[in-house]
Amino acid sequence: MSATSTPAHDQPVAEKNYLNAQHTVRSWLLTGDHKRIAVLYLVSVTIFFIVGSFLAGLIRLELMSPSGTMLESETYNKVFTAHGVVMIFFFLIPAIPAVFGNFFIPIVIGARDLAFPRLNLASWYLYVFSGILAVIALCSGGIDTAWTFYPPYSSMYSNSQVTLVIVAAFINGFSSIFTAINIIATIHKMRAPGMTWFRLPLMAWSSYATSVVVILGTPVVAITLLLVLMERAFKLPIFSPELGGDPVLFQHLFWFYSHPAVYIMILPAFGIQSELIANFARKRIFGYHFVAFSSLAIAGLGFVVWGHHMFVSSQSMYESTVFSLLTYLVAVPSAIKIFNWTATLYKGNIRLHAPMYYALSFIGLFTIGGLTGLYLANMGTDIHLTNTYFIVAHFHYVMVGGALTGFLGGLHYWWPKMFGRLYSDTAAKITAIIVFCGFNLTFFPQFIMGYMGMPRRYHYYYFAPEYQIYHILSSLGASLLGVGLILPAIYLTHSLIKGEKASANPWGAHGLEWTIPSPPPTENFTEIPIVTDEVYDFDPVAEHEANLAGKEIELPSESEQPTKVDEPTEAGKE
Amino acid sequence: MWNFSVMPPQASTLAPEHDAIFLVLTALTLLFTLIVCVTAVFFVIKYREGTKADRSSPVYENPKLEMVLTVVPTILGLIMFFFGAKLYIAQRTPPKDAEEIFVIGKQWMWHVQHSNGVRENNTLHVPMGRPVKLTMISQDVIHAFYIPAFRTQMYVVPGRYTQIWFNATKTGNYHLFCNLYCGTQHSEMGGTVVVQTETEYRNWLNNGGQNAAPVSMAQAGEKLFNKIGCNNCHGATDSPRAPSLAGIYMSKRKMSDGTVQNADEAYLRESVLRPWNKITMGYGKEMPAYESTLTEEEVLSLIAYMKNPGATKGSSVSSGTSREEGLAAKTDTKNGLAVNAIEAQTTDPAATPTKRRGSLSVGAMAAQKQTEGQK
Ligand code: HEC
Ligand SMILES: [Cu+2]
Ligand SMILES: [Cu+2]
Repeated sequence: MSATSTPAHDQPVAEKNYLNAQHTVRSWLLTGDHKRIAVLYLVSVTIFFIVGSFLAGLIRLELMSPSGTMLESETYNKVFTAHGVVMIFFFLIPAIPAVFGNFFIPIVIGARDLAFPRLNLASWYLYVFSGILAVIALCSGGIDTAWTFYPPYSSMYSNSQVTLVIVAAFINGFSSIFTAINIIATIHKMRAPGMTWFRLPLMAWSSYATSVVVILGTPVVAITLLLVLMERAFKLPIFSPELGGDPVLFQHLFWFYSHPAVYIMILPAFGIQSELIANFARKRIFGYHFVAFSSLAIAGLGFVVWGHHMFVSSQSMYESTVFSLLTYLVAVPSAIKIFNWTATLYKGNIRLHAPMYYALSFIGLFTIGGLTGLYLANMGTDIHLTNTYFIVAHFHYVMVGGALTGFLGGLHYWWPKMFGRLYSDTAAKITAIIVFCGFNLTFFPQFIMGYMGMPRRYHYYYFAPEYQIYHILSSLGASLLGVGLILPAIYLTHSLIKGEKASANPWGAHGLEWTIPSPPPTENFTEIPIVTDEVYDFDPVAEHEANLAGKEIELPSESEQPTKVDEPTEAGKE
Repeated sequence: MWNFSVMPPQASTLAPEHDAIFLVLTALTLLFTLIVCVTAVFFVIKYREGTKADRSSPVYENPKLEMVLTVVPTILGLIMFFFGAKLYIAQRTPPKDAEEIFVIGKQWMWHVQHSNGVRENNTLHVPMGRPVKLTMISQDVIHAFYIPAFRTQMYVVPGRYTQIWFNATKTGNYHLFCNLYCGTQHSEMGGTVVVQTETEYRNWLNNGGQNAAPVSMAQAGEKLFNKIGCNNCHGATDSPRAPSLAGIYMSKRKMSDGTVQNADEAYLRESVLRPWNKITMGYGKEMPAYESTLTEEEVLSLIAYMKNPGATKGSSVSSGTSREEGLAAKTDTKNGLAVNAIEAQTTDPAATPTKRRGSLSVGAMAAQKQTEGQK
């Protein structure tokens, strides 16, 4: 375990921690503490997640009948648009970086806060402000353009709150950029002595890669959306052919961001996944360097494949061919990670706690999500599958099966650290299984339905009743998934009130965050730690022998004495 | 609802190829998912904390294994890419002898014009066993023309032509969907593709589909050409006023900036709507821009006319030699008043196999209103 000058283990829970240091509302709303901002973010993304899930429930309810009986078409269109906008801009993009990134990036690298605490707080305020704008837009008529905002529909034809939502998305973009700047600066400049790049936990690597994508991509989509606004408000000819513009240009600009945006949502989940696998298999991740660099590779290559969303958009055959080829090549680094996680399990000492359940279901779901992407990267099959429910199923496997599962895994893993309380492991395990089953039942039928040609964004399908059985299965699954998502809200809240107090390291995990009390004190570390050991420094062989000998599990940190390192470290040199 | 299928009907020459790739991908997906899941579960059981499994000499890096795991999927991926690209290129390269049909998408209906002038809405009659090429354009927002049974789809974009082609292999009725979200009644924007045998189709066409006495696209174009005065400038031979348009289709045109343009549909469209963008060598900006005066239907008919080798020579198109003109000649050519009345009025509901909600005329009126609203 990372040596610190205060022995971490068995340290009594500190009297004062970041949660009870101050109690006023003001102390929360004007805080500079990255942990408090993370909690603010946790509360706000959860609210938006509830809104988005409720909208999803409406969609699934409506589609059980082929003739669209409950909602008006106009309302239905607004509901699915709102579901997309809320889930993507207000949940998936900020969820992991702004909650776990904010909370844990400084701690895992041994820093007292992020590099720019006030920027961090500003990012939360921008997020909230954009969220309020979006909610106002949804309540005052809503928006019906689908989250993709394709012109000329969005710029010339839609009579809904396009302007307000675009402004909201624009502001929301700044909030992610602020967080990204903070994470990059912090990882570069504030690593504790001894915390070299290759001692960074993989979660830090993937947050770093994500932040790079955010900074390079978000301005492009922000400006593109602004151009839509200009066209809408001032008839500035950009995208609408009526005015002399080019509607396909928008799609290029939009997907230039929105393909990498997929990685903004999934890379952080990869990071959490690596943490969970390593810490619960109690073994250093297989091919650490490979996984670290593949995050960067994905971030870079993600910018050169956007055209795979446009195979039937009228882009030329040559463009399509190049984009398809590149997409196939990019798919490989993601695939590697799956192999690496699985290989890590080999010869580990696997502890099956609730977070590990999520990590294992992530492997299954993300494998399917990733592989079905190859059907869509394939120009031949994409012609038929694009814009059908096959796409819907594919990206939900990636976004829900990947990003949401990662989020839940991270939440269960770090909950004791963040709030100092233990939840019921059994309840959490059962929930993980319910979520897994509910998820598959919801989205697997959509693959079949999509292959059969069911278009997405259809309000009804009475002219094609053959799809109904799949819609019904999907809606049943959604109810189960809904139950699986309500349960954590119950037992996690319960743990806050009645839960057992968590020790500093309830999982016996490795990493600087587990060397400080739960919940951490405001300054994280009373003394900045000096890192001397490698990342995920477990010893499966010794641990195993100890197990066999019937001894208590011996944590590496207990045997280690604080040591000082005098030689200048890599981090020190920078 | 309980006798469900897992596959859409397979009704075009390229559909089996599509399904073959789909099945191979499915096999690979299942194989890899199975390998990953079985290994993961196996490891979890075997190496659960406290089991007696051998844990000596754990592996943390194994570049050789990683190389293998990188190279093998890459090669498999490239093979799939190759077959996909082959299919895609086939899907987007219509054969030369394809029957040409024009499609106009508008909120929220499909308007189809066969080359002999027969029109239909939300229904597309096509012959079996012969390639059919659709030239499509949208009058308002972007739509997507999607026929699952043919495994084919293409966006229908305002301001530019897009094309798809297919060769149907089975008679019957198939779904036609708009597959790109286009506004309130998006779900309503579909209909039926009716595949008929060649003779049935010919009869249907010659009987004017559901509307009597059609005028062929090219004839309509000729009428319009003379009516709005294109013929005042464009004559049988190049003149100081304007170049001749005889045999212009697919010829190489020299521009005044020195470039050479291929006179395909897109070029012709641009030359009529925005002639000053590409000026023919030796001429100036004399030609007026027709951008705001012509409807998409009118432009399509002008293009159909200009594709005729004898166009602007003064010879009537009905004497042309191509199959379409031959067909058109059989129909009553005297009755040409429908030229500018290309509105959404034609299809006999009884002939629409799947009756869609809201009668067609209501849809048409809505479409009308929408366009008026825009102006
Ligand atoms: C006032 C005379 C005039 C009228 C009327 C006119 N044109 Fe033209 N057109 C020209 C001239 C001059 C050019 C060559 C310069 C250019 O490319 O703009 C031309 C070019 C063209 C071309 C491109 C020919 C090439 O060499 O590639 C097409 C196609 C065309 N016109 C079609 C039409 C059609 C269809 C109409 C009627 C809707 C029409 N024109 C009306 C004068 C005219
Ligand atoms: Cu993409
Ligand atoms: Cu449409």
